[in-house]
Amino acid sequence: MKKFIEKIIQGLFTVSGFVTSIAILLIVLFLFTEGMGLFKNKLVEDGYQLVVNKQNDVSSLSAEQIKDIFDGEITNWNEIGGRNQEIILFRLNDISNYFTDEELGSELEFVPEKISELIAQHPEMIGFIPQQYIDNAFKGKVLEAGKIGFSDIFLGKEWIPTATPVSFYGILPLVTGTLWVSLVAILLALPFGLAAAIYLAEMANHKMRNILKPLIELLSGIPSVVYGFFGLIVIVPLVQKLFHLPVGETGLTGSIVLAIMALPTIITVSEDAMRNCPRSMREASLALGGSKWQTIYKIVIPYSISGITSAVVLGIGRAVGETMAVLMVTGNSAVIATSILQPLRTIPATIAAELGEAPDGGVHYQALFLLGIILFVITQIINSSVEYVSAKNKI
Amino acid sequence: MNKIEVKNVDFFYGNFQALKNISLDIEANKVVAFIGPSGCGKSTFIRIFNRMNDLIPETRLKGSVKIDGVDIYQKGIDVDELRKNVGMVFQRPNPFPKSIFDNVAYGLRVNGLKDKHFICQKVEESLKGAALWEEVKDKLKESAFALSGGQQQRLCIARALAISPSILLMDEPASALDPISTAKIEELIWELKKTYTIVIVTHNMQQAARVSDKTAYFYLGEMIEYDDTKIIFTNPKKESTQNYITGRFG
Repeated sequence: MKKFIEKIIQGLFTVSGFVTSIAILLIVLFLFTEGMGLFKNKLVEDGYQLVVNKQNDVSSLSAEQIKDIFDGEITNWNEIGGRNQEIILFRLNDISNYFTDEELGSELEFVPEKISELIAQHPEMIGFIPQQYIDNAFKGKVLEAGKIGFSDIFLGKEWIPTATPVSFYGILPLVTGTLWVSLVAILLALPFGLAAAIYLAEMANHKMRNILKPLIELLSGIPSVVYGFFGLIVIVPLVQKLFHLPVGETGLTGSIVLAIMALPTIITVSEDAMRNCPRSMREASLALGGSKWQTIYKIVIPYSISGITSAVVLGIGRAVGETMAVLMVTGNSAVIATSILQPLRTIPATIAAELGEAPDGGVHYQALFLLGIILFVITQIINSSVEYVSAKNKI
Repeated sequence: MNKIEVKNVDFFYGNFQALKNISLDIEANKVVAFIGPSGCGKSTFIRIFNRMNDLIPETRLKGSVKIDGVDIYQKGIDVDELRKNVGMVFQRPNPFPKSIFDNVAYGLRVNGLKDKHFICQKVEESLKGAALWEEVKDKLKESAFALSGGQQQRLCIARALAISPSILLMDEPASALDPISTAKIEELIWELKKTYTIVIVTHNMQQAARVSDKTAYFYLGEMIEYDDTKIIFTNPKKESTQNYITGRFG
């Protein structure tokens, strides 16, 4: 009977282990399938086409060129390899400039025909029209729309997901934003966190530790939106004043808030690790004439390096993945920041802010999933490199 | 002059008095063994000589402890300097998680020595002094944890020897070791006696009889008897000592 129960318990543990692993794998798989679907999409917004006159020499355009044409940056076809003609833009709502309501029909049934006529009459015109208006009788030429390529995403310097006729999903500004904020946050949090951990583990007396430790642990229980609020009303004005900036919502502000949020984890985990260093180890060092400080940095810290590493990894994980607080204080401008004192936007903040308005299954939606993958990969790389470095230092 | 002079020492952990009015003198280049049942205060006493008890909060000492005529508990004593002069080997082998070489070199390095040639020389000398050199000379770069328990303990002795102390404290150095390793450590103690004054705490009466010149018997925080080892083991003056060494209790 006893053996039977033990078998059942073992079975339960095995099953739960398997189920958990499979669930994790499925989540990763889901992330990847959704994100990778992005590359099957065309550059031009779904359901629309770019059309020109049949005599036009230009047969395909890059995303940048399309954007520049519709923004009025490129005004002549010869700039993009065509004839010397001024470009005329045509969007669907321009149609009333060319035709009267009667010509278009009471139920707009003549619109496709009229557009076709218009394109045929104007060799210098480029039209951005719905796919459904293009039938076999269409007298213009449909421009080949390329697919979204890896370089558009990974080397793209612009993130403009809602622009027409082409959206830009360049992740560079978001990746650099994330790296900036996390890096500076860790640079701020590590020295303070380790110093506090050393103080708590090695120097503070019993009473002091009993007061400080619960306080620090309390900090990790505060919801991140509260930290964001705190950052918004305290740190944003502070940074603005300190550095004489036009706005205080910068990467640095986000870093400071993140550093404060990562501190409790870093302190408690590394303090625990240091306190786990056996007394005999410290005594041996002191008995050899080592000073207290030498004992700390030559024996205690190397001994607890794996615990300190976990603290760092957890701290970085928090910094890279934190969403709400960063969303609230970094200014959310998706441009490549060249300094920590500029407003920037991180990957998690982008996902949180935009997923709600991205149509399910659409290009934008898939682009956000791709961001999720990138975030996942970044944290993986950081974790394994930190672990690699600390394993190397261990004997 | 005696190497160590202890006069009227009382020692307290908070309100608990662990040592009661202890006085004894130890001559240079002798081996002195402290014996007694568990909790009698012998380990507390040995840790007084390198002020290891300072690490424990709320401890107090009354009386005077002099090494080479200097009171080591007076104000202005550099404890790190004192510990350089008074080496210690602990009950359990406690090598650092470093290589064998770095373990022995640790004491030299924390004391500010940087000359590589000198450190190498001193490491070899100390390992030879601890009768470990032959066994480890080809694997100095390996982790100290790869050694056996007995080797680890001899490594800890080598580590203590490297900083050239004049006194060596040994707190039950063989209690965690097998008989062969124990015999090696005991042989070593005979060798080391020529250069060092050795104080050893032990639970093992035969060991005390084998290695020491003088023996002190402790019971409940008091030093009951202190005399030549021969006299303690053959003709003790106090009944309590007699009872303990004949194995009637303890």
